[in-house]
Amino acid sequence: MAGITKRYPAVVANDQVSLTVAPGQIHAVLGENGAGKSTLMKIIYGSVKPDAGRMLWNGQPVTIRNPQEARALGIAMVFQHFSLFDTLTVAENVWLGLDKSLPLAEVTRQITETAAAYGLDVDPTRPVHTLSVGEMQRVEIIRALLTHPQLLILDEPTSVLTPQAVERLFVVLRQLAAQGCSILYISHKLHEIRALCEACTVLRGGRVSGTCDPREESNASLSRLMIGAEPPQLQHRPAQVGAPVLQVQALSLERESPFGTDLHGVTLQVRAGEVVGIAGVSGNGQRELLYALSGEDTRAEPAMVQVAGQDAGRLGPGQRRALGLHFVPEERLGRGAVPSLGLAHNLMLTRGEAVGRGGWIRIRALRQQARNIIERFNVRAGGPDAAARSLSGGNLQKFIVGREIDARPRLLVVSQPTWGVDVGAAAQIRAEILALRDAGCAVLVVSEELDELFELSDRLHVIAKGRLSPSLARGEATVERIGEWMSGLWDHEPAEATPEAARVEA
Amino acid sequence: MLKLELRPQASPVWSVASPLLALAITVVLGSLLFIALGKDPVRGLQMFFWEPVKSNYALGELMVKATPLLLIALGLAVCFRSNVWNIGAEGQFVLGAICAGGVALLADKESSRWIVLGILLAGIAGGMAWAGITAFLRDRFNANEILVSLMLVYVAVQLLVWLVFGPWKDPGGYNFPQSKTFDAVTQVPRLMKGSRVSIGLLIALAGAAALWIFLFRTRAGFAQQVGGLAPAAARYAGFSSRKALWVALLVSGGAAGLAGALEVAGPVGQLTPYIPVGYGFAAIIVAFVGRLHPVGMVFSAILMSMFYIGGELAQSRMGLPKSITGLFQGLLLFALLACDTLMVYRVRWGKTADAGRKAVA
Repeated sequence: MAGITKRYPAVVANDQVSLTVAPGQIHAVLGENGAGKSTLMKIIYGSVKPDAGRMLWNGQPVTIRNPQEARALGIAMVFQHFSLFDTLTVAENVWLGLDKSLPLAEVTRQITETAAAYGLDVDPTRPVHTLSVGEMQRVEIIRALLTHPQLLILDEPTSVLTPQAVERLFVVLRQLAAQGCSILYISHKLHEIRALCEACTVLRGGRVSGTCDPREESNASLSRLMIGAEPPQLQHRPAQVGAPVLQVQALSLERESPFGTDLHGVTLQVRAGEVVGIAGVSGNGQRELLYALSGEDTRAEPAMVQVAGQDAGRLGPGQRRALGLHFVPEERLGRGAVPSLGLAHNLMLTRGEAVGRGGWIRIRALRQQARNIIERFNVRAGGPDAAARSLSGGNLQKFIVGREIDARPRLLVVSQPTWGVDVGAAAQIRAEILALRDAGCAVLVVSEELDELFELSDRLHVIAKGRLSPSLARGEATVERIGEWMSGLWDHEPAEATPEAARVEA
Repeated sequence: MLKLELRPQASPVWSVASPLLALAITVVLGSLLFIALGKDPVRGLQMFFWEPVKSNYALGELMVKATPLLLIALGLAVCFRSNVWNIGAEGQFVLGAICAGGVALLADKESSRWIVLGILLAGIAGGMAWAGITAFLRDRFNANEILVSLMLVYVAVQLLVWLVFGPWKDPGGYNFPQSKTFDAVTQVPRLMKGSRVSIGLLIALAGAAALWIFLFRTRAGFAQQVGGLAPAAARYAGFSSRKALWVALLVSGGAAGLAGALEVAGPVGQLTPYIPVGYGFAAIIVAFVGRLHPVGMVFSAILMSMFYIGGELAQSRMGLPKSITGLFQGLLLFALLACDTLMVYRVRWGKTADAGRKAVA
């Protein structure tokens, strides 16, 4: 494809982008969030129409008007967010996307055959909601393979996988490529691209900032192409650990929604002046645990959650905030902030300084407070009255994290602090979190990004299927070990439980 | 080709211009309607837009009808802003009228002027209780408040009809289904001689000011609205959704009940089966045309009142059917809903890039 341009009302998502993929090649598309990777892939897949540029398919110029035409040409795509029906079986889900003339039994047979050929182990008769995220992805890949594609597009496929599952995926992809299927692999994870891909197109701000052979590049050189600079290094000083601020004892909760996760006996301690990280593949109980910690879910027994020595299991979010617990949720728009309201008004979700007697809002003080946070945390916004939804993801996250840090919490709970945030903002948010810890605050970080957890945490837990592992000091944690634990396999090594973990149990 | 393009941010200009454009469209469509019915469109529009404002007396009548509309709409705005869909203000209005009427029937020659206060409070309590049923069923059993509040309208009307045909029927009323006329002492004080405008107008205007303060200057009002704008954010902040539900329904029920009380103890002066004239439903339109904003609703209440009076005049002077009022109200609401598209989208001529995206969607 050559000279692809796509404009949206506010931004130019793709500007004169050119890309060539050879048969049987694994080609990486690398870029930060918002660099235009997803738009480019949607153009190839026909779900978005470019404003300019042309596309050649096997040497012939083509116009792909919709995904059906793309599939007819032999292009298949696996989206970052799965499009599977939870209540149907694997075979039924695959059947939905295929030619209706095939009987279900034939589809089931083909699934088993394909699964065996590529080592994609999935039982076609299981309902999708019983599958793990990794298995769901396999279903998506099998569904794509049954159309016998010449080009397979994978959008951030590893964001939901354990390190071991990533390795298995790579084996499958290499096998496919060896058979002549081209693969477009979209990611922002440098080490994966260097391990897997033979060619790489780097996007920055909607333009191609370089093409290279990733096997010959270093993380630093790729990162320069991707963000224009090397990521800043964090200062991680030794922890000055104080008294426990958050104690979770044998927290068990039944799921609230049918597709949620039950929590089983989660035990956890966070002390003043340390960062505790919780790793795990999403959907293993993080959401439920965070609801129970923040007070959005108050079904826990009072003593199961203790904040600053007080039983808090039945307290609402406001009461827990009064005890010094501040929380940054994963969803920025709609939970952490009201999209249509200005930044100043969004302060009032968790801050009461500008509210006077009888609940009277002092508008001027509120605006000034917002201006201070905007300035202190370097938020790029139109001012204190700019609507939350008008900010980019990174800037809104800086504002929300800033709002909670500015409250001088005794305990900060942060979920996915840098999810969907550009590298510069992410580095700033991480630095703020560490500064808060150095000031003596207890911090709990829940994240799916292992790199981030290794960078921030003093101790690490892993959550899997609603159970929480013992904690590991950062020095003892390795990617391999954490990866195994992500599958819930920590019970096999009780002897290795660290003194740290033993203390938590006690 | 005409295309709609998403605006990066909702246009503040169009949030004011859209109701005005909707009004213009209503006028144009109304004129076409008069022509189609074989009537003079100029005369028809005169009935709606000139007759109601041409004299002091006419203006007074305009206010008499605008008062209940504004009161009810103010309450509904609290509901709609907090995502509680109270469609049954008409029923709460009727219950307010019944309770107020019950107190008014107790009055005799010796009663103090202060009984008016009792009448109004009884009206408020009645409306609150009726809306409270909806709140309770929603809170306890998660029953849909749209259906419950709407169905309770018909229950309320039946209750009123039973009372005026049965226990409260005027013994000296020649068997007409109506209560005896309330004693003069129960009459809500009027603002001036020669006009039916009462202190109800002042209460409604004070209500608009109070609502503005509540919505935009108090934390309770902020919390109330967050529940409507982003329920997950309200939960995160710790604002109680149950409290928001009860506040919304009790405030709107109370306001509708007060409107009912002002109506029976004011212009009507007795209980009849004709107390419900659709103010509770028209107020929904008033609330939305007024952008759920206290100031906007003052204007839209006056406009809707013009439609009521214009409809009656068109009926008596031009021989048009009664349904012309409802037709104009409906035209205005639909035109507004269509015009609101312009707040979020802008119109472009010619082919744009979004064609492909729409085809897929």
